[in-house]
Amino acid sequence: MESKSYTLRELMAVVAARQLEDGKSVAVGTGLPLVAAMLAQQTHAPNLVIFFEAGGIAPQLPILPISVGDSRTIHRALCTTTLIDIMDTMRRGFIDYAFLGGAQIDKYGNLNSTMIGDDYEAPKVRFPGSGGANDFGSLAWETLIIMDRHSPRRFVKKVDFITTPGYLYGPGAREEEGLSEGTGPSKVITDLCLLDFDPETKQMRLIATHPGINVEDVMKATGFELLIADDVGTNTPPTTEDLRILHEVIDPQGFVFKK
Amino acid sequence: MEMKILKEGTGEIFCKNTPSEVRKWTRTNKDRTLKDKRMRIKDAVSRFIKDGDYIAIGGFGHIRIPMAIIYEIVRQRKRNLLVAGHTAVQDIDVLMAGGCVSAVDIAYVVGFELRGLSGIQRRLFETGQVKKSDYTNGAMSYRIRAGAQGIPFIPVKVMLGTDTMMHSPGKVVKCPFTGEKVLLLPSLNPDVCIIHAHRADMYGNVQIDGHIVKDDLQARASKRVIVTCEELISTDKVRADPGKTVIPFFMVDAVIEQPWGSHPGNMPYKYYFDHQFTEDYLAAGRVEDPKVLEAWLNEWIYKVEDFDEYLTKLGAKRLYNLRDLEFLRPPVR
Repeated sequence: MESKSYTLRELMAVVAARQLEDGKSVAVGTGLPLVAAMLAQQTHAPNLVIFFEAGGIAPQLPILPISVGDSRTIHRALCTTTLIDIMDTMRRGFIDYAFLGGAQIDKYGNLNSTMIGDDYEAPKVRFPGSGGANDFGSLAWETLIIMDRHSPRRFVKKVDFITTPGYLYGPGAREEEGLSEGTGPSKVITDLCLLDFDPETKQMRLIATHPGINVEDVMKATGFELLIADDVGTNTPPTTEDLRILHEVIDPQGFVFKK
Repeated sequence: MEMKILKEGTGEIFCKNTPSEVRKWTRTNKDRTLKDKRMRIKDAVSRFIKDGDYIAIGGFGHIRIPMAIIYEIVRQRKRNLLVAGHTAVQDIDVLMAGGCVSAVDIAYVVGFELRGLSGIQRRLFETGQVKKSDYTNGAMSYRIRAGAQGIPFIPVKVMLGTDTMMHSPGKVVKCPFTGEKVLLLPSLNPDVCIIHAHRADMYGNVQIDGHIVKDDLQARASKRVIVTCEELISTDKVRADPGKTVIPFFMVDAVIEQPWGSHPGNMPYKYYFDHQFTEDYLAAGRVEDPKVLEAWLNEWIYKVEDFDEYLTKLGAKRLYNLRDLEFLRPPVR
């Protein structure tokens, strides 16, 4: 049953979860990406294999981990290993999706999680850096991206720092720079909409808005010229069951969905 | 034929050890005999960690981190340490709060994952007081694998095309066999590796339950290895299941039995995060007035004799509750 009352953050988690196909494998970062993977596993994708960069493989996650390395990420896992083994596994082609977030993104899906400002030595804000994000975005077959707030400050013409590669500077750029063929970002989920990348130009394209949001809203919130699909759809709201799982099973402590 | 460099980053290489030098050093400096290596943390830190050393930290930033050793490094006011920020969270943050660090190879720092950013690290990195080069977690592991393998560099397929690469010392070349572009990274042989493990015997045969993260490679790449463990076990136990030995004795220089040695970090299968402790610490570090952080450091490090006194200060109830949390039981004490 569709719920009539939900937050945009909850809708994002649900739309993100729907992008994960059953029977595939995903490497996730902390926060909403992980929530999305857990929700997918609890709903339409029970056979989704979850990888954590710290070394957890195929756990049965009892509750949302605070870290991609904490005890929950190895709870009833099928294998515990090393960080380098996870990266090797990804490079070998076993991992379908990487699921990432970032502070800024550009039209080619390049992600910044390193710094804000134009001086590397004296940034306005220093963020954590790549962590495993650049590895994931370089090595997984497909990169899914969640952006918390869709705004011109986050969807920018030029990111202050390319931490993780999207399509870099256009079609063929990844291959030219030496990255694996047939990889790159596939979807972006925001609090306004769902986007993909045009196969010809590798530029970000609006494919569906959230209920109540129109195309102009999204264009206004985007700091670069956005491609618009021929028939922009509307994302289906969360079901009451989705919401129950999000709050009661995945995040009862309210780390991601603040209480 | 000389290799043509197609592109290169400007990042500084902070660790100057080379695999060939480390190999030579090992021949005369590492004891191969079964020797009782138990000692106090105090003595291990003063004996094996020097100002200016490059330090690799075990675990994953706030999981299975060697906090008892970290606190002792701060207490002894070590200076100008270079640190592998290979997902470094509370471990590196406390070292930086204590003014011990002058440069970091960054893969992941500043953040406490879901708990937000560190005020201490933001200040130090944003004002350039601590130097940095950027990498990825994979890249740091690859560098350490090369160090463990004894080769001077390693070709990798990450960081290519990004600013992360441009702020590392990496160099892009074409593979001489296939012609594809690869990034070359310098190997990494830290001076000291500090690890908290589940079990070890007195000789330094180390067992870790669950994910090993990068501790196996770091111990193999580093010149000195200091290990704290939740439980000291007999060598008979080690011999009964030698496949469990992640790090063998001859790599290890010091062994200390230190239960709760990862607090406030999470020790898988033993205790969960002390969330409140970390939140209080983070809050102290986010205040602009340095006196607030100084008061925290005094209370929990400088005016505390050692980690045993720190544990006494925390109290048994608080610690046992963390054990309940780890096993998903509601704390009942």
